[in-house]
Amino acid sequence: MNKKSRFVAVDILLLAGAILPLVACMVLKILTAPPTEGIEITGALIYFTLPTPLQPLPITEAQVNSVAVVIAILFICLYFTHGLTVRPHLKRQVIAEWIVEKCKNMVHTNMGERFMGFAPFIAAIMGLSALSSLLSLLGLFPPTSDMNIVAGWAILVFTLITFYKFKAGPIQYLKSYAEPVPFLAPMNIISEIATPVSMAFRHYGNILSGSIISVLIAAALGGLSNLVLGWLPGILGEFPFLRIGIPAVLSLYFDIFSGLLQAFIFATLTMMYISGGYPAEAVAKRLARREAKKQAKTAKQAEK
Amino acid sequence: MLELALGILLGGCAVGAGLAMIAGIGPGIGEGNAVAKACEAIGRQPESKGDVTSTMITGCIIAETTGLYGLVIAILLIFVAPKQFVNILMETIGK
Repeated sequence: MNKKSRFVAVDILLLAGAILPLVACMVLKILTAPPTEGIEITGALIYFTLPTPLQPLPITEAQVNSVAVVIAILFICLYFTHGLTVRPHLKRQVIAEWIVEKCKNMVHTNMGERFMGFAPFIAAIMGLSALSSLLSLLGLFPPTSDMNIVAGWAILVFTLITFYKFKAGPIQYLKSYAEPVPFLAPMNIISEIATPVSMAFRHYGNILSGSIISVLIAAALGGLSNLVLGWLPGILGEFPFLRIGIPAVLSLYFDIFSGLLQAFIFATLTMMYISGGYPAEAVAKRLARREAKKQAKTAKQAEK
Repeated sequence: MLELALGILLGGCAVGAGLAMIAGIGPGIGEGNAVAKACEAIGRQPESKGDVTSTMITGCIIAETTGLYGLVIAILLIFVAPKQFVNILMETIGK
């Protein structure tokens, strides 16, 4: 009995750890957001600016929200893996196993056996992106509609891509720019830079355009209801009736479907670029050459 | 005179944003073609639905990029550029 109640208490603590950061973000936003009249399209709120030697660093709503999402994901994972047993008797263990299996399957089909170690990374980036986009359902600023956050992820992925391209040696890496003919090198460099830029723009543009269209439609519906129902007396004439319910249908597409699709796309592109940029043949050749050198050395030593 | 300059500036930003969104035509046609062909392929070989769908989605993502560049430029022109351009104008006038 004591054991069971302790289990439940830990469960409640973990769930609170997942929910509290998001609630804290909402409270922070309510306390600091300046009052606005009607509908406005603004960027992320700036909470405060840190003085750094180079230039002042503004801490915005997007950064705070993304950190809150990271903490929430950590506690959700802890909750799902709490009380793991060999024979699953909890529903959450079945769900967790299903998620892990799906991720491993996806990485295996998209990247192959060589990159199976990437499964946790891909799952993490997908969960982070999906939950960040879904934050708009809580009325918070989704961090993915801020260029800085998404650009950070894109640069991280770009670093990984370059790291795996370097596996075949720096000379081979430089040579890969002169493919198929050397005078196309500028083009190759541009396309290399375009990878993180396009990844960041794609994610950010989709989420931001969705939220802007939602706001514009809400504003238009307010005007329309003013026009159609404005003859009603008193407060009935001022109340935007058409704004009830209709934007929710659009939110179903722009907030939920689009956000989840962008998370999937970001993960897919990460996998494609990393496994596609990996020069498997050149790496195999390099390893074979090394092996041959080593064998020659040992043979020489044996002769001595 | 200043009013005229401001009007031209803001109007130019709005027209530029509208023109930038012409970039939406290309991805629309391209993705439509891709989905049509994917539907044909699934109709011919229903058992390959999963593979065809995932390949189509990846292709659509790549094709969408140019449209999104246009979109981002339009957003910047509407929400970010006017403020900066007005600042530049005021600085050149010396106010």
